[in-house]
Amino acid sequence: MSPRLARLAAIGTLAGAFSALFGVGGGTVIVPLLILWLGHREREATGTSLAAIVLIALFGIAGHGAFGNVDLAKGLLITPPAVAGVVAGTALQQRVPERAVSAVFALLLVASAAVLAF
Amino acid sequence: MDVVGLLSVAFVAGMLGGMVGVGGGVLFVPALVVLMDLSQLEAEATSLVAVVAVGAVGAWRQHGYGNLRPRDALAIGLLSPIGVAIGVVAANEMPERTLELLFAALSLYFAVGLAIRALRGPEQPSPARSPR
Repeated sequence: MSPRLARLAAIGTLAGAFSALFGVGGGTVIVPLLILWLGHREREATGTSLAAIVLIALFGIAGHGAFGNVDLAKGLLITPPAVAGVVAGTALQQRVPERAVSAVFALLLVASAAVLAF
Repeated sequence: MDVVGLLSVAFVAGMLGGMVGVGGGVLFVPALVVLMDLSQLEAEATSLVAVVAVGAVGAWRQHGYGNLRPRDALAIGLLSPIGVAIGVVAANEMPERTLELLFAALSLYFAVGLAIRALRGPEQPSPARSPR
């Protein structure tokens, strides 16, 4: 296994564990590690993270769906505004400096750590 | 239940997701619990439906902007079930509090790395950048 693939495997494993334990997609783990370990630029890390999250969430839906925990109607209710939001968010992101994305992400991580710890 | 509130939170969650590259579950889950009376487990499972859509549309938009590395995304996504299995075992073997503190520490560690990077300012062209 090449060092690069080993790092990608470590990121996938951490994201999967985070996702399974706390019920989110794993983006808070994927984005920082793509930047810090694989030399992605901020915008590349966020785009690549979103694509990886699709697969992680699909695995999650398959697992949760088997236990009947997915309320599809409510999931589909929040999807249109969420999709409109992500189109706006990605467009807005192209207009801010890449380092600003790192700064916002650092704040998000501090907030996330606080929620986990308290 | 409060549909307008729920849809507003969903828009903000999607926007945050697009800005920083997360799926938005961090906001969908509490919104579904508080506004739709779902249990924590149901909310986590249900939020993944919107996370798939946010991820797919967001990745497609970023691809259009030239900001997607599909092979890296594929490797992370396909290897994530290993982590899910470890996560499930860990949830059964370790106290929840330990896991929360572990990931809180990991988050702070990442935050420091990104903050240092943000404070350094605009990137100089770097020959050390890893190949695609």
